[in-house]
Formats: sequence, structure tokens, C-alpha cells
Amino acid sequence: MVEGFLNQLPIGLSIGAVLLLIALGLTFTFGQMGVINMAHGEFIMAGAYTAFLLQDFAGRSAVLVALPVAFVVAGLMGLLLERLAIRHFYGRPLDTLLLTWGVSLVLQQVARDLFGAPNVQVLSPTWLQGAIGPMPYNRLFILALAVGSVVAIWLYMNRSAQGRRMQAVMQNRQLAATSGINTGRVDQRTFFIGSGLAGIAGVALTLIGPVGPTLGTYYIVDAFLVVVAGGLGQLRGAVIAAAALGLLNSYAEFWTNASLAKVIVFAAIIAFLQFRPQGLFVLRSRALT
Amino acid sequence: MTAVLEKPTRQLTPKEPRQWKGPAVFVAVAIIALVVMPLVLEPFRLGLLAKYLCYAIVALGIGLAWGQGGMLTLGQGVFFGLGGYAMGMYLKLNDAGGDLPDFMVWSGVEDLPALWAPFGNPVFALAMVVVVPLVVAVLLGTLVFRQRVRGAYFAILTQALAAAMVILLVGQQGLTGGTNGLTNFFDFFGNDVAAESTQRGLYLTVAIVLGVLYLAAWQLVRSRFGRLLLAVRDGEDRVRFLGYNPATVKTITFAISAVMAGIAGALFVPVVGIISPALLGVVPSLELVVAVAVGGRFALAGAVLGAVVMGYAKTYFSEELPDAWLYLQGALFILVMTLAPKGIVGVATALRARVRKEASA
Repeated sequence: MVEGFLNQLPIGLSIGAVLLLIALGLTFTFGQMGVINMAHGEFIMAGAYTAFLLQDFAGRSAVLVALPVAFVVAGLMGLLLERLAIRHFYGRPLDTLLLTWGVSLVLQQVARDLFGAPNVQVLSPTWLQGAIGPMPYNRLFILALAVGSVVAIWLYMNRSAQGRRMQAVMQNRQLAATSGINTGRVDQRTFFIGSGLAGIAGVALTLIGPVGPTLGTYYIVDAFLVVVAGGLGQLRGAVIAAAALGLLNSYAEFWTNASLAKVIVFAAIIAFLQFRPQGLFVLRSRALT
Repeated sequence: MTAVLEKPTRQLTPKEPRQWKGPAVFVAVAIIALVVMPLVLEPFRLGLLAKYLCYAIVALGIGLAWGQGGMLTLGQGVFFGLGGYAMGMYLKLNDAGGDLPDFMVWSGVEDLPALWAPFGNPVFALAMVVVVPLVVAVLLGTLVFRQRVRGAYFAILTQALAAAMVILLVGQQGLTGGTNGLTNFFDFFGNDVAAESTQRGLYLTVAIVLGVLYLAAWQLVRSRFGRLLLAVRDGEDRVRFLGYNPATVKTITFAISAVMAGIAGALFVPVVGIISPALLGVVPSLELVVAVAVGGRFALAGAVLGAVVMGYAKTYFSEELPDAWLYLQGALFILVMTLAPKGIVGVATALRARVRKEASA
């Protein structure tokens, strides 16, 4: 029992770490631009396939090479999506949800045509095999990746001029614009970074499972729940909510079974929203809605 | 809520001129659906149309909740499934005739689960088709809307519910038939479910139910409640300041749309002969929302039209060009959202307005 309990810990934490990487992009695009990007899941998939393709050149250490490449690939996809479609939809969040779902369908089919419908495998590096106690190296690596990303994002948001502009736009778009900030440019940058993080999440996922065209769809719903529970555009909120959701998921699976776990998580979120309808942390504002 | 039901003391809006075009179109469509279609279509095609009309019932509910009430519900598949499983459980027990349903024997279940036992009674099962979706929707709606969780948050929550429901159904193999769902039905209230006459009767039932629900929804939309619903959609806080409780209005509407989906699910089971998790997950739920958007979400007729059109499109393209269907669906969707957010109905209205303008000029 104790052993089982301990074994669940790395699983829960690493799932939480992946959810966090995915949710960071969602929470910023949602919080800053009011965009619900269903195609975000396909950026994860793009990141995972990037690692798969790089494997031919880089061999078993493809994962390391893939991290920066996937960030750029997924980021550019996000940027393209923002420029071509989403920017025409600002202020209509529900419409962006449906629009990006159409995009996500197309991208999934593109992946199917390019790489085939069956799952493919990315060989994880030999130096990631093994474990410290119950903590396998590959899950530890994912955890480290998430911690590193959060630190980088925090530094970006609080220590760089661009990041402070991003916070300004998130807090009050009109006021930011009147102060001379080019909000369109800030939006593009946010989209690039958020989508890039999804690409990194995709690379991380290749360490714990196979890669397929529908990879993103498994995580996108849970990642949105992290956004809802953590609060819009809240870094701290996303970190806590992702860890809580990952752990709750894996322990609920452990104590009951996989099929009940999702229902328990859902009920927990609804219960949580009774106390904190806006999520853990709220951007204070005098606006009505 | 009391405020909603109070009689108006004064006529606030002038009486609208009597409309005849709408009812005329409705009667014409009803005649085509009830008389012409059964004569013209071969049984297989009639069965397909019956299936689309089931989806149209769900779409009607989405049109009400989303188009009129502004609640984007991405989990209508859940209620569709609840209704469908209630009906499927009754049919399974009826076919088994006192024994265990076949799939339970295969999964090694020895005694009939307590959850199943009352569903042997047809009255109970039919009541549950309405009651279970109603209770789930009222519960979820109350908890969510009471806390003013709305817009995108609500959409995400309903989607998560659909995802959870599928995983639950797949996991409880012995109770729900797992991925296969409930299928292999033989008897439907004393008739062979596969027989041509039964299927025709089922088609007519579905068409009539859709017609009745459409009229009810239409009546609801033009009532005081419907006006309030529109007001909640366009300015929830203002409605609250006027002394109404938007949460109640939204919960009632959400519950109505859920019951419609439940009824559609129950009709779907004998028509198509199966109910399974693949029919009610995130993707099927979203596809119906897409259909409503394509048809035109701001008109109830648009929702119904969209469901039928998208049903035919899906069948046609997945028969003829299976690989292209997802591209087409995605592209169609992107185009509709960017160029014609009011869907087919919106385009038709705009065209008619232009024609009229040119005629008068």
C-alpha cells in the first residue's frame, strides 16, 4: 500500500508538469486575449512529431535537440494561427473556441496524412533510463522541464520590458494601448511563447508514451480545467492547479479506478468553483464582467 | 423566479402583426417530412433521415441554450447518452426476458446489477429518459450559474463532463457494455426493431416529436421567458440589476435543452440500433454545435436545418471521400465562423434583404 502510494507520486507530479506546460499557454492566451484555443492540443502533437523526426538525425538524444526546435515549430504555428484567423475574433471567445476546433480537425488530418494514423514511438535517451527510489529519471526530467519553464516565464514576465508590457495588456488592454504599448505585437509574442510551451510539452510526452495524431486531444480538456481552477492568466494559479489536478488524477485512479477518476476530478472542480468561482487567483479589477 | 412568472401588468411591447409565413413553412415542411419522405425514400435512406432528425432534436436544444441563451454547451452528448442508455437498458432487459443481457454474460457478471433492475419496467425507463438528464442539468446548472461561472468557463466545464462521461462508460464494462455500448436489440415494444414497418413507424415518431418540441421551443422563445432569456444573453448583469435572477433563467433553459437531448438519445437507440460512448463524447457533442453554427444559431430553424444538412454532408463525404471529410469539415467550419457567423439562415436572410432592396429600387 505504502509502496503503491509512493509509486503514484511521480506519475501524478509528471502528469501535473505536462498539464502545466500545456496550461501556461492556454491561460495566457485566454487571460490576455480572451481566446480559447482548441488547436493548442495540436501544437503539443506538433512538438511530439518534431522529436520523432529529429530522431533520424540526432538518434537517442533527439529529445534534447527537439526541445528548442519544438518550441520554435509550435510557436510559429501559433503565431500563424493568430495572424491568419484568431485576431479577427478578439472579443468573441466562444467563436474562437469553435474556429480553432475547426483548425484542430484539419491539423489532425494533416498529421494523419504525413505520419500515418498508427502511433509512432520516440526512443528515450539511454541516460534517462533508471530511477532514484520510486522516481524514474524520465519523469524527473519532465518535472525539471516544467520547473525550468515556470522560472523562465516568471523571469520573462517580471524582469523583462516585454513581459511587463504583457502584464499591462493583460490587466487593462485599453490603458496599455493608450500608454503607447503596441498591443497587437504583445499579443503575437504571447501567442508565440504559449504555443511554444505546448511544443515543449509535446516533446516531454514522447518520454512517457507513444505519439499519435490525436495526442493533443487527451490533454487539452484537462489543461483547460487547470486554467479554470487556477484563474485566468495566473502563473501561480496554474502551477498549483496543475500539480493538484495531476496528483488528484493519479491518486483517484489509484484508489478507485481509471474510469471513476475523471468523474471525481470533475466533481472536485465543480465543488472548488463553489468557493472560488473565478479560480484560485483573480486579477483584481473594477470591471463588471 | 417568481418575478419571471408574474403576469405583466401592462403590455410593454406593441402586439406584433400576425405572421403567416412562418407557420406556412412549418406546415409545408411537416407535410414533406411526414408524407412525402416515407413514400420517396427507400428504407435505408429513411433510417438515415430518422437518425439526422434525432440529432436535430439535440440541435434544437443547443439552439435554445446557445443561440437564445448564450450558453455554449459542449456536453450535450452526455444528456443524449443518458437518455439513450436508459432506453437501451430497457430494451436489453426486455430482450433477455429474465436472463442477464448478453454482454453481461460475456463480461462475467453473474447477478443483475441493482442499477439495472428497475429498468426492466418500461414506464420507469421512459420516465428516466427525461428525469435523469433533467436532474443532472439542474444540478450542474444550479451549481455553476449560481456562482456566476459563465461564458467560456461553462463551455469548458460541459466539455470536461462529456470527457469524464465517456471514460466512465468505457471503464464500467460489466455495467455499460464498455466501448461497444448497448447493441443487438430485437424487440421494440412488441415489434421487431429491424422490420421495415417498425422503422417507418419510428421515423414518423421521431419526426412528430421533433415537430412538437420545435413548436414548444418556438412558443418558449416568443414568451416573456424567451425575452428574458435573450436579455440574459446580451446583458446578464443588467438583468440582475432589474431584479431577475439570471441563474434561474439559465438553469431552466439548460435543463430544457438537456431533456431534449435525452429524448433524442432514447429515440436514437431503436432507430440506429446502438448507443455507445463513441456517439456521445467530446467530438460528437462538438459536431452538433458545429451543425447548429452552420445552420444558424440565432434561429431555431437554423439549428434543425444545420443538423440535417451536416448529417447528410457527413454521410455523403465519408462514403465518397473518406479522407477529405475532416479537411472539409474543418475548412467549412473555419469559413462559416469567419464569413458567415449567422450560418445558412443568416446568409439566406441577407440575400432576401438584398433582393427586396433591388426590387424596391
